[in-house]
Amino acid sequence: MHNKSPLIEVKNLKKYFDINVGMFRSKPLKAVDGVSFSINKGETLGLVGESGCGKTTVGRTILHLYTPTDGEIWYNGKQIKNKTDIREFRKKATMVFQDPYSSLDPRMTVSDIIGEPLDINKMYSSKKERRERILELMNHVGLNSEHASRYAHEFSGGQRQRIGIARSLAVNPDFIVCDEPVSALDVSIQAQVINMFEDLQQKLGLTYLFIAHDLLVVRHISDRIAVMYLGKIVELADAAEIYERPLHPYSKALLSAVPVPDPKLARTNNRIMLSGDIPSPLNAPSGCPFRTRCEYATEQCALEPPEFKQVSKGHFVACHKVEEINS
Amino acid sequence: MKNKPFSMQVNLDDFIPASPEDKEYLSKMRPSSTFFKDGVKRLLKNKVAATSAFFIIVITISSILIPFFWPYEYEEMLGVTQGGFVDSSYSNLKPFEYGETEQQKIENGEKVFPHIFGTDNHGRDYFIRVVYGTRISLAVGFFASIIVLLLGVTIGSVAGYFGEKIDLIIMRIVDIIYSLPDMLVIILLSVVLKQTLNLEGTFLQAIGGNIISMLIVFGLLYWVSMSRLIRGQILSLREQEYILSAKANGAKASRIIRKHLIPNCISVVIISTCLQIPNAIFTESFLSFMGLGVNAPMPSLGSLASDALNGIYSYPHRLVIPAIVICLIVLSLNLFGDGLRDAFDPKLKH
Ligand SMILES: Nc1ncnc2c1ncn2[C@@H]1O[C@H](COP(=O)(O)OP(=O)(O)O)[C@@H](O)[C@H]1O
Ligand code: SF4
Ligand SMILES: [Mg+2]
Repeated sequence: MHNKSPLIEVKNLKKYFDINVGMFRSKPLKAVDGVSFSINKGETLGLVGESGCGKTTVGRTILHLYTPTDGEIWYNGKQIKNKTDIREFRKKATMVFQDPYSSLDPRMTVSDIIGEPLDINKMYSSKKERRERILELMNHVGLNSEHASRYAHEFSGGQRQRIGIARSLAVNPDFIVCDEPVSALDVSIQAQVINMFEDLQQKLGLTYLFIAHDLLVVRHISDRIAVMYLGKIVELADAAEIYERPLHPYSKALLSAVPVPDPKLARTNNRIMLSGDIPSPLNAPSGCPFRTRCEYATEQCALEPPEFKQVSKGHFVACHKVEEINS
Repeated sequence: MKNKPFSMQVNLDDFIPASPEDKEYLSKMRPSSTFFKDGVKRLLKNKVAATSAFFIIVITISSILIPFFWPYEYEEMLGVTQGGFVDSSYSNLKPFEYGETEQQKIENGEKVFPHIFGTDNHGRDYFIRVVYGTRISLAVGFFASIIVLLLGVTIGSVAGYFGEKIDLIIMRIVDIIYSLPDMLVIILLSVVLKQTLNLEGTFLQAIGGNIISMLIVFGLLYWVSMSRLIRGQILSLREQEYILSAKANGAKASRIIRKHLIPNCISVVIISTCLQIPNAIFTESFLSFMGLGVNAPMPSLGSLASDALNGIYSYPHRLVIPAIVICLIVLSLNLFGDGLRDAFDPKLKH
């Protein structure tokens, strides 16, 4: 179906934030701590995990909105290193933000919001061309051309997210980071917006990194899914594979929390409850980050971090005891 | 098709698809309203704010225009003529009373312009002095707020935009200034500045050293709250995702400031400047009342009230009139500022 060559490659990406503790001391907050994956052309990689595990930071660091602490980002077989690379890369890679309210400037009209990337990159030669391009983009996301001169506050959450999507399409990108684009929306609208993402992918040949905090949302749209916990990817596999055969204890817990529409199935599905809260990334546990909440944790888990290894074709897990747990 | 009364039959004419003209009409029904238009609409709907605005305009315009056609000057002692002796019948007139020579003129059938508020103890027309006092008070309030605006916005946005170390230093200075007792500092500074400012020969001399020192004091003291406000605004705006989005598209800092930060801050700036004016007027009156304000014979509302204290039992109206004018100005500016805030930035309401 899609081309097998990777469009985006992320190698051992790290992002630490300096957090002030006390007056003059600071401590690194390891929001993303050694993440690697690649996304093929035309593919969608779903990235799931609890809130605060570093998903947004991964997305923003890939686009160099945060300077990576360490690691490499490759686009189309070329590493993004200096300022010129970043400038060029940003014309090919854009972002849809999580919050449809704070992501649109309340003092700008819809056409100025969508046209902003065009203005910044001077991508038109006349006012007329600009206007036509904006109307075309609005048409792509199902907005009425009469809306062009309105202000964002006049729209509902779903429509606002469409405006944000139109803006992210303005520069004709290949790759879009979708940072929880539907989690702020009404459930009834989520499906519509997700379908629209799929249609746009078909029509424009886009590649997505699709972030969500629950598996149900990404199940539909993703080709492969990465599960993240406390700054690390703990499991990565084809979407269907993760659903049928989750191997990591954390993925199992996440999956068991997904509501099942069929009550007969629901009864047989023993729900795994996670005890305790997600630890703060400021004081991440030694060894395996999940060990404070893992029912299988042993001494080894506290001593050494598990290796992120392939257990079957295209299925990667970071857990010392995969075999024992799943046999 | 005509319906029978009380019949449930549906009128099919109501369900004809809309023609293109109808659609056009409907889509034009609700014109896009800008943020500014909305705000003005809300402001005009607010009766209290609209009335206050009316008051402010009337008071400002009359304080500017009246001195042009009023027959008396604020420093003119009516009983004193060149070479003649002092006619004490002009001092301390009650409202609508006349001096001796004026009474003779009236008896001779000439017209004499009345002293609406009487005269003061030097025989100066009190009405024109109140008008001048209002003028001075408004001017001081206005210019003080402009100074506060410029200082506060510049320092606040520097602190907010660059953050970190610069922010830390500026905010500590702000804390220190905040912790000083306002009035004490104002009094001390204006005494010191009065001594040290040498304005002789400059155009500032005409304005008077006291007012200049007062403006400096205002600038030095009151920028802190403005800069705190602006810093807070910029800090929260910086975190907004639309700024991030502009950055992701490669926008430079100048574009972000011009297109996003300023338009989103401007209403807060205007509103708090407006609320700053009555504050400055009040302090100016207070200082003049303490004798630290404008130079005599120039009146301000505060010095008029202060002078009136001497004859408070015989001439209470001389205290009451400037006091009422101060109250009216301060009250209507405050109410108008509140109205502006409610209309343009309801979030700012505590
Ligand atoms: N700009 C920042 N400065 C400091 N800490 C941050 C910043 N952005 C995110 N963090 C921290 O990094 C961690 C991961 O955050 P985030 O990537 O937003 O998680 P998610 O999107 O998965 O909810 C959180 O603990 C958060 O507090
Ligand atoms: S490595 Fe140990 S603690 Fe971590 S998930 Fe596996 S069993 Fe649990
Ligand atoms: Mg997030």
